[in-house]
Order: sequence, then structure tokens, then C-alpha cells
Amino acid sequence: MDEQTEIRAGSSRAPVIEPGHTFATITDKISSIVLTQPTSNGWLLGFGVCFLITMMLLYAMGYLFIRGIGIWGVNIPIGWGFAIVNFVWWIGIGHAGTLISAILLLLRQPWRNSINRFAEAMTLFAVACAGMFPLLHLGRPWLFYWLFPYPNSMNYWPQFRSPLVWDVFAVSTYFTISLVFWFIGLVPDLATLRDRAQSRVAAIIYGILAMGWRGSARHWKRYETAYLLLAGLATPLVLSVHTVVSFDFAISILPGWHTTIFPPYFVAGAIYSGFAMVLMLAIPIRKIYGLEDFITQRHLENSAKVMLATGLIVAYGYAMEAFMGWYSGNTYDAFTLWNRLHGPYAHVYWSLLTCNIFLPQLLWIRKFRTSPLLLFGVSTIILTGMWLERFVIVVVSLHRDFLTSSWGMYYPTRWDWMTFVGTLGFFLAAMFLFLRILPMISIFEMRTLLPQATVEAE
Amino acid sequence: MKQTPIYGVLAEFDSPTDLVDAARRTYNAGYKKIDAYSPFPIEELAEAIGFTKNGVPLVVLVGGLLGCVGGYALQYWIAAINYPINVGGRPYNSWPAFIVVTFEMTILFAGLAAVFGMLALNGLPMPHHPVFNVPRFVFATKDRFFLIIFSSDVKYDPVETRRFLESLDPRSISEVPS
Repeated sequence: MDEQTEIRAGSSRAPVIEPGHTFATITDKISSIVLTQPTSNGWLLGFGVCFLITMMLLYAMGYLFIRGIGIWGVNIPIGWGFAIVNFVWWIGIGHAGTLISAILLLLRQPWRNSINRFAEAMTLFAVACAGMFPLLHLGRPWLFYWLFPYPNSMNYWPQFRSPLVWDVFAVSTYFTISLVFWFIGLVPDLATLRDRAQSRVAAIIYGILAMGWRGSARHWKRYETAYLLLAGLATPLVLSVHTVVSFDFAISILPGWHTTIFPPYFVAGAIYSGFAMVLMLAIPIRKIYGLEDFITQRHLENSAKVMLATGLIVAYGYAMEAFMGWYSGNTYDAFTLWNRLHGPYAHVYWSLLTCNIFLPQLLWIRKFRTSPLLLFGVSTIILTGMWLERFVIVVVSLHRDFLTSSWGMYYPTRWDWMTFVGTLGFFLAAMFLFLRILPMISIFEMRTLLPQATVEAE
Repeated sequence: MKQTPIYGVLAEFDSPTDLVDAARRTYNAGYKKIDAYSPFPIEELAEAIGFTKNGVPLVVLVGGLLGCVGGYALQYWIAAINYPINVGGRPYNSWPAFIVVTFEMTILFAGLAAVFGMLALNGLPMPHHPVFNVPRFVFATKDRFFLIIFSSDVKYDPVETRRFLESLDPRSISEVPS
């Protein structure tokens, strides 16, 4: 290993990029996945299955449009159900992409360069999945544009004192900024694909998307400034998005929701689940496409450490919730805690603690951070745990109202499940397409990691 | 045969170090209308070709301020002037509740200003450019580094400029037809 890579990698740890690469090998290796490798049967099968699941989602949506949300298991007192559980879960997953691309850029963590592109793509698709749920839950989704302030013949406006309106702005801003951040990051690589493309059609399409990028020094300078500023803007944005989502709950007066710890603990949980999803995608991708040189053990281990840290913050959040339930002396708060531990949904709460708190402690063991298979397993557990957490927050808090006359239970219907599983299929189908048509690793940022990319002083 | 006008002379280099070195020497030799092309950003390069005025931060600042003022003004106008609703006796201009949307609009406008401002200042999209006429230029997005002296430079001379670039020891030299 040559000297500079060693400095960047830290002598005892796995390198960020395996030694021996040049500008040309990096370019060829990443662009060949898109340009020259034939579509494999595995890809066709995977995409086909996910596409069918997406069709199931459309079917469930179509039926919903005809019959209304009565086909779901939601009813008073549990008016939010799966729609909001899935919304919060998906949008949390999106957070890792922005964290990797923006916050780690500002913190000068060069290891992020090989995972930021597909993590950003993951963010976009996850936010798209998340965005579907509140819209479908509206009852009359075709009137969604009423949420935005626009001059209308009814002569009224949204209520800006409501967290639900804040949420509209937070999520739509987040999606827009993630999209332009991702696209701007792609432009130099699209130019690379334009110049490498073998078919005329591909060259024209990539050429249009690359907008005539030619790598001029003046362009790079402005580009770098814009990229850095976008990262600086996306950093508070990503922290604000889940904060605003948590306001949907925390601003209300329901026991189990009305707590000040929600914003930080939601953000930590979001990053926790997001990194779990990044690993669940990165581990198979690096194996299948032979990208172990670029997504090294270092990436897996670092992501595992981020999960461990954010997982502990989440654990602190649970502990504080429980403590405040007892310490506040409030009957309803105390009951919420008791109900979580012993009520009809106790098994969900205990599964949540197992998945989110107890089992992830395995990550303290080095073997679990370095073995892709074990890490994949832990990530699955964490994603399940985070989904259960959202379920506990939404359903378990709602199902016991202040008066016993308005207690109830929540039973998701097959339409709930079809919509949820459908978004999983949509998410994976979009990822499959992304892997085939766009460079999944940022080529130009990988080039800057090479020692020969530095200008030597005379 | 009619001679095509020349847009500039393009020299090709192997490494970022060679390019930055060549750019500095060209700039110091008195050529001011020059540009360099590389497959990834090189920190020293912009300065080496004499590029110092970067307008992007100002554009982003203006965008952010517009978003911030516009976002708050929108809410104030709606909640206090056009459509006042009394919610639990709170003031119409209940500013703490307006912070979130103001913040989001600031980020949104500043972010879009960064992207579109950068593209506009760079003159993109520009699907065609004379440098693309040079066949070797496809390597500018792979592993080669290019320096161009534009024919519009006052010091430009078809023979002299080419000789000067040859003295920089490039890998190849091509004339760029416009």
C-alpha cells in the first residue's frame, strides 16, 4: 500500500479503496456495470419480482381510490394505523443517504465517496415511498394539492400553526433538495458515461442529462462550491425533517406522544434504520457486482459503528420515556408505560426492545462488524425493530384513549399489508433500475481518493 | 478549401501535477484567456488559470434570504391579513409556529439557488462546445488532463502559441476548430 492511502486509511484498518487502482481502472470498473455488462438473469428475476409487487401496490391503491380508507384497519381510536407507521419508517430510512452525502462530506470522511451515490438514491426512493402514505391516508388523495398555499377559488389557506402543514413543507423540501443534490453529483459521471457509451442512443440520453459537462476548471470550482453549500444546507435540513415528523406526535397532547425527547430520538432512530438499510443494500451489491475493492470492510465496519452509536441514543430515548412515565407521576403517562409493558400489545414492545436494543449490542463484537453475513443479519433485525418502534408509537399510544369507552384494537387488513409490502417492492424495483442505468458509485469522487490525484508541490 | 477558424489550442497531460504546473506557466507567460479540463476537481487548478471570481456563494445567500423573507411573509400575510383565524386566543402573527416553514423555505430556495445558480454561471446546459470536436477530448472525463489557450487571447499566434505549448512537454497537442 502506498504512503498516502495508508495515511488516509489508518495503518491498522482496512483501506477505503484497495491499492493498485488508477483513474482509468476506476472509470472502467464502475462504468462497465452500466455500459457493457449484459443484463444478468438474476437482475431480471429480481426486478421482475419487485415489479410484480409494485403492480400489487397499484392494485391496492386503485381499490383504495374506489372504496376509500375504510378498506384499511384504521378506525377511531386508531385513526393513523399502518399509513403513518410506514410513513415514519420510510422517511427515517431516507436519512442515512443525506447523512452520508452531506454530513460526512462536511466532516471530511473520504470513505463516504464510494457509498454516497447509492445511499442518496436510496434516500430518494425511500422518501418517495414515505410520501405515498400520508397522501393515500388523506381519504381524497386527488385533492392533495390543497395542502399547499396557492390562491384558490374557495378563498382559503392552509393553517400554518399545524405541525401537519409543517410536515408537508419539510418532506417536500427534503425530497426536492435530495433530488437536486443527487442529480448534481451525477452530472460529471453522466459526462463520463456519455463519452464511454457504445450505443448512439445511450450517448445521446447521457449527453442530454450531462448538460454538456466538460470538466472545465472554472466549472469545477463553482461546482465544488455549490456542492459544499448544498451539503451545508442539507445537514440542518436532514436533522429538521425527522424533527418535524416527530412534531406531528409531540405537539399533540396524547400520552406517549407528548414528550420533548421525541425530536432527537426520532432523528437518531432515523439514522439508525437508514444505516441498516444502506448495509442491507451494500452487502449484496458489492458481492454481486464485485465491488469489494471500493466498498471495503472499512465501510461495513464504520456503518456498523454508526448504528451502534445511534442505537444507544435510541436506547436512551426509550429509557427516558419510561423514566418520565414513572417520574412525572401523571396517571395517564404511567398507564401508557404500564400498557406498553403489560397491555395487549406487550409482545410488540418486547420484540421492539429485543430488536432495537438487546440484539444490536452484538455489534460490540468485532466479528459482527466485519462479517458481511452477520452484519446483514443484524441490519435486518434493526430495520424490523425500527418498524416495530413506529408501530408502538402510533398504535399502542392511540389504542387506549383517556376514557375506557373509547378503547380499541387495531387489526391491519390485507390491504394494509399489500400497500406496505407493495412499497417495499417499489423501492427495490427502483433500486434495481438505478443499478442498471446509472453509476452506483460516484466515479469522479473515487478518482479523488487515489494518491495520484493530489498535486505534488514543486 | 475554406479554412475553419481556430477556437484554441489544446494540450494533453498525464497527471494533475503536470496540468497545474503547465497552467501556471502558461498564465505566467502572459496568456490570460485559458482554461483547463480535468476528470475530477483539482483544488489548485482554478487559481492556476487565474479564476478567482466565484459568484456561487452570493447567489446562494440571495436565494436563502429570499426564501426566508418570502416564507415568513407568506405566512404572515395569510395568517394575519388575508385569512385570520383565532386559534385558542393566540395572536394572529404567532411567529413561533411559523419558524418551521420559514426554515424549510430558506433551505429550499438556497439549495435551488445553489444548483441553478451554479449551472447558469457555468453556462450549462450547453450540449455542444468546440472542445468536443477534438477526438482525444473524450479522455477528459476519464484519465487525461487538458489545457487550452483560446484564440481570442491577445497574445495568441498560431505558430508561437503552439510552440509555447510544445515547450510544456504535453502528451499531445491539437487545434480546436470552432
